Amino acid sequence: MSAQTLYDKLWNSHVVRQDEDGTALIYIDRQLVHEVTSPQAFEGLRLAHRRPWRIASMLAVPDHNVPTTNRSAGIADPVSRIQVETLDANCAEFGVTEFKMNDIRQGIVHVIGPEQGATLPGMTVVCGDSHTSTHGAFAALAHGIGTSEVEHVMATQCLVAKKSKSMEVRVEGILGHGVTAKDIALAVIGKIGTAGGTGYAIEFAGSAIRALSMEGRMTLCNMAIEAGARAGMIAVDDTTLDYLKGRPFAPQGDLWDKAVVQWRNLHSDQGAAFDAGVLLDAAEIRPQVTWGTSPEMVVAVDGCVPDPATLSADKREGAERALIYMGLSANTPITDIKIDKVFIGSCTNARIEDMRAAAAVIKGGKVTVKQAMVVPGSGLVKRQAEQEGLDRIFTDAGFEWREPGCSMCLAMNDDKLAAGERCASTSNRNFEGRQGQGGRTHLVSPEMAAAAAIAGHFVDVSKL
Amino acid sequence: MKKFTLLNGLVAPLDRANVDTDAIIPKQFLKSIKRSGFGPNAFDEWRYLDHGEPGMDNSNRPVNPDFVLNKPRYQGAQILLARENFGCGSSREHAPWALEDYGFRAIIAPSFADIFFNNCFKNGLLPIRLDAGKVEILFREVEANAGYKLAIDLEQQTIGAPDGTVYPFEVDAFRKHCLLNGLDDIGLTLQHVDEIAAFEARHHAAQPWL
Ligand code: SF4
Repeated sequence: MSAQTLYDKLWNSHVVRQDEDGTALIYIDRQLVHEVTSPQAFEGLRLAHRRPWRIASMLAVPDHNVPTTNRSAGIADPVSRIQVETLDANCAEFGVTEFKMNDIRQGIVHVIGPEQGATLPGMTVVCGDSHTSTHGAFAALAHGIGTSEVEHVMATQCLVAKKSKSMEVRVEGILGHGVTAKDIALAVIGKIGTAGGTGYAIEFAGSAIRALSMEGRMTLCNMAIEAGARAGMIAVDDTTLDYLKGRPFAPQGDLWDKAVVQWRNLHSDQGAAFDAGVLLDAAEIRPQVTWGTSPEMVVAVDGCVPDPATLSADKREGAERALIYMGLSANTPITDIKIDKVFIGSCTNARIEDMRAAAAVIKGGKVTVKQAMVVPGSGLVKRQAEQEGLDRIFTDAGFEWREPGCSMCLAMNDDKLAAGERCASTSNRNFEGRQGQGGRTHLVSPEMAAAAAIAGHFVDVSKL
Repeated sequence: MKKFTLLNGLVAPLDRANVDTDAIIPKQFLKSIKRSGFGPNAFDEWRYLDHGEPGMDNSNRPVNPDFVLNKPRYQGAQILLARENFGCGSSREHAPWALEDYGFRAIIAPSFADIFFNNCFKNGLLPIRLDAGKVEILFREVEANAGYKLAIDLEQQTIGAPDGTVYPFEVDAFRKHCLLNGLDDIGLTLQHVDEIAAFEARHHAAQPWL
């Protein structure tokens, strides 16, 4: 058999049937469910008198709407409350395992899947959420899907799909001090654009990727969707296995050993051909900051806001509009940009390593911005951070230490920016209004966000 | 699902690249647990001058006269002409629900974000990829001619312009079949129950930890 890419292997091992035109039924091993994109799917099942095909493949959690302040008294906003209660009722009715709002295991769906070992190498993973690409860090084929597809997977355990093209993003060399997986992600998007990965499944490879922790790999795969790709993935190695061993949903004992033998094969074979390739030199990547309203509008922290007049014709108008929205003028040095709020959280950067990295930058400094929030990705991340004393470092400096959830990543709960407010955020989207109507988002790494909270403006963390 | 066969519809031009699903239907409307009723809030932040929340009476809200869909000449539009990477961002199917509920049946753009593109087909909405040069011509024509309509024939895979130009387009055979016949994917997939069950048995025997 000819050399296969990781994507080929994952795809081929899940094809139930394939038509001549390439339309295939792909078997799904794991479906993650949250409150926003599932109610209409459960309703569809009920109306058609269908049951989920394989209940054990499902794991549900409320995350988008939950408050991140004390929630022992429930959710005050009636509309959010109905959505979370609907999830609870649907899970109870159909027998789906759910980590409810006040369960210590609750958290952002893309944080808890891996944390529980519910995401395993070789799996197909879907969720009604575009950042499902996160799970590809475990050499899984992970797709975000729409609500009709959520219902389809519930009813049939399959997804109708066509194979994408494959792209290898290779990052070689050693990252500099203060440069993180988030900066790799933003640098890749800056290079290929937000539509650069459209139609592709991306495999991240190279020595800089192998050197990343699982947390870093998840950050990178999380943002594959912002490059337009349907999926991002990374081969299995010891880092993957060390992370998974002993997690609640991971196999134990003999089964673990058996699984590891198969998982070790989950990498692209020597000489496997990709449809496209991108190469980056890790040493050249600087801490990144977005200046506009799309993740591709990004520069290095020691750079300046670009002048639209110097951009190509097709980018100029978008850049002009973005600068007006962002309240920025051309050629402003990034480190001169003053910040109102800081948000450290989201499925991109709310894992334990992100908490540690942000805390390490604080070094006894005090928050000088209006508000700085840390929202851990799950109850377990929060507990671990507290055991390590990180919460004290944050609160002593003036950060708010919150309950887990999506929070100000998309501002569906009470955590939002007011119009005109400028935020350094560790999330993944800087679209207009994403963090609140009129709010201005700059995407950065946890280190960069923490440093900005202390200084009141962006700082080059590679020089700290 | 509604069938899609022939459509002779008024065209509205939305001249922006990277229109994301949050612009199509802002997040506060995602709290609904229903599938319908999103039309009045399609493009809410661009369309109205105040801040929209679920449950508001939209007929009393101040509209933004500068937003293209509010112009009298585009009322009743069924075809949306758009730019690159339309529908990027969140996977919310509420975006095609909102566009469909607003009255659109087809979207023409040089490129679409992947998940959005998929979601359209599940909701009787036809997304058509046309190369950027042709889209540019259509933008010029729509803006120059009030009442500009295009005739989309899905069976023939063509777009007919008033000046007689015919633009052929590509569409996946399976999706075309589903749209032409208004077929629901789940029903179709369940015709293969035995194959799925057999696959599942083999798959789990080989990987008993799943
Ligand atoms: S943290 Fe943000 S990006 Fe991640 S699932 Fe929640 S809303 Fe989506």
